[in-house]
Amino acid sequence: MSDAFQITVDGRPVPVTRGQTIGAALHAAGVRSWRTTRLGGRPRGLFCGIGVCFDCLVSVNGRPPERACLLDAQPGDEVTTS
Amino acid sequence: MTSPPSMSGQPGSDPVTCDVVVVGGGPAGVAGALAAARRGLRVVLLDSGARLGGQYFRHPAVAARPVTAGFDRFVRQARALGRQARVLLRHQVWAVSRDGDLVVHCLAPGGGAVTVRCRALLIATGAYDRPLPFPGWDLPGVLTAGGAQALLKGDGVVAGQRVVVAGTGPFLLPVGAGLAGAGARVLGVFEANGGLGLARHPLPALARAGEAAGYALALARRRVPYRTRRAVVAAHGERELEAVTVARLDRDWNVLATRRIACDTLAVGYGFVPQIDLGVQLGCDTRADVDGSPVLAVDGAQRTSVEGVWAAGEPTGVGGWRLAELEGHLAGLTIAAAQVTREAGAARDGAQVAGQVPEALISRRGRLRVFGQALLEAYPVRPGWQGWLRDDTLVCRCEEVPLGRIREALRLGATDARSVKSLARPGMGWCQGRVCGYAVARLAGEPPGPPRRPVVQPVSLGTLAERPQPLSWKDLP
Repeated sequence: MSDAFQITVDGRPVPVTRGQTIGAALHAAGVRSWRTTRLGGRPRGLFCGIGVCFDCLVSVNGRPPERACLLDAQPGDEVTTS
Repeated sequence: MTSPPSMSGQPGSDPVTCDVVVVGGGPAGVAGALAAARRGLRVVLLDSGARLGGQYFRHPAVAARPVTAGFDRFVRQARALGRQARVLLRHQVWAVSRDGDLVVHCLAPGGGAVTVRCRALLIATGAYDRPLPFPGWDLPGVLTAGGAQALLKGDGVVAGQRVVVAGTGPFLLPVGAGLAGAGARVLGVFEANGGLGLARHPLPALARAGEAAGYALALARRRVPYRTRRAVVAAHGERELEAVTVARLDRDWNVLATRRIACDTLAVGYGFVPQIDLGVQLGCDTRADVDGSPVLAVDGAQRTSVEGVWAAGEPTGVGGWRLAELEGHLAGLTIAAAQVTREAGAARDGAQVAGQVPEALISRRGRLRVFGQALLEAYPVRPGWQGWLRDDTLVCRCEEVPLGRIREALRLGATDARSVKSLARPGMGWCQGRVCGYAVARLAGEPPGPPRRPVVQPVSLGTLAERPQPLSWKDLP
């Protein structure tokens, strides 16, 4: 696997270095929030960064929500934000 | 494969009972697993991460190696462990039960259920940042200090361009120095307590002062201001962080004066919360640490109050990676000694087991613990933070519970954190109160209690319904 590849966020390409989490790749690309809370519609992205807070939940390749900070990005991953 | 006497089960795909399961692949877990494996025990180490290291030795998959003290030795230990034990990464432990053996339940990558049976369990699950709520703390761009550090160490990502670091404790120094060294403009490191208040502990303070001084020097070289009795008491922005309010504080953290700093990122942390869920599940005794945090009570051999269950590192009290590694090592030694004792049919005797590890290690652990406790005493959380909150400030980020609703619950007669939780529902969301637990307990007027989480990680009903895959002989090295 090459050390640099791309994933997409809502169709937009985001660069990744191998071993980076999806959360880190999004944050580095300036995408700082990728979901909103169900009551107040507040934006959420990375907060704890280590799998504790669940703020960074994201849907990848149509799967149910997972913590973006724990998920290593794979080439071609399609991230959809709500 | 020949069957060592300590193993049950048959070669092949039958479930195997291994000697030790270690949960957590940081300094404590790796040292413990390696010590036990080197003494001939069959060891399985489980970690939720993609690589060993835990938080302190977190490192990227490719490219530059981090300049973390002790990292080279950790890498040697991790490599040796890979040859002598089964290391299962990306495995999230969600519960431990008991049916004679200890049964460790985890989720494998992809979500499949796996169980690992063992005679001894070593809990080395580390700790996570202790955040305090303040207005705007849920804006994107506000990260925990550990989160910013994880981005830098694990992903090579600098958390922001104009960064403020705030909170309390010596951890703020490496976070600020790391961000500045990686090219961020660090606008200030704001320590809510006074300076290193270690005057009552001169010897350990001197021993470790070099490390803090090194970071302080790194900050000074990059002209990063380090200010004590200062805190970020509010974050501002529409959809993302745009500025913070930094306050000058009195001794109790009441606000004396404020100013605003424009920034895109805040890294904030007020110490650490030991991760003790698995020990509490098993009924291990807990005790309140110097800072009031519930931790697992252990004896000189790192044993908890529950037969067969050991703990090392931050779950027994926050004390840093050196202490964690040493406690893990001692736990590995005493687990091995206990196994030998059991096989010889001898009576178990705690003092005897503890006597089988070198005295020098035990006294070194004592010194490191004194230093860890001194740091906890020097960097407490003072009550004035409660005055930073407004009625509409979220306390629970998951369930979006503002301070006003918690105050209402208290007015309605809630007398402790548990009743506040039932009335206002803070801590009932995804994170199970890990983020807001400390704040809710203090707002309810009590120290944080031991966490009760029967399921430590979210598990789908489908996973619960499926028959778990037991770890078998062929899975072991």
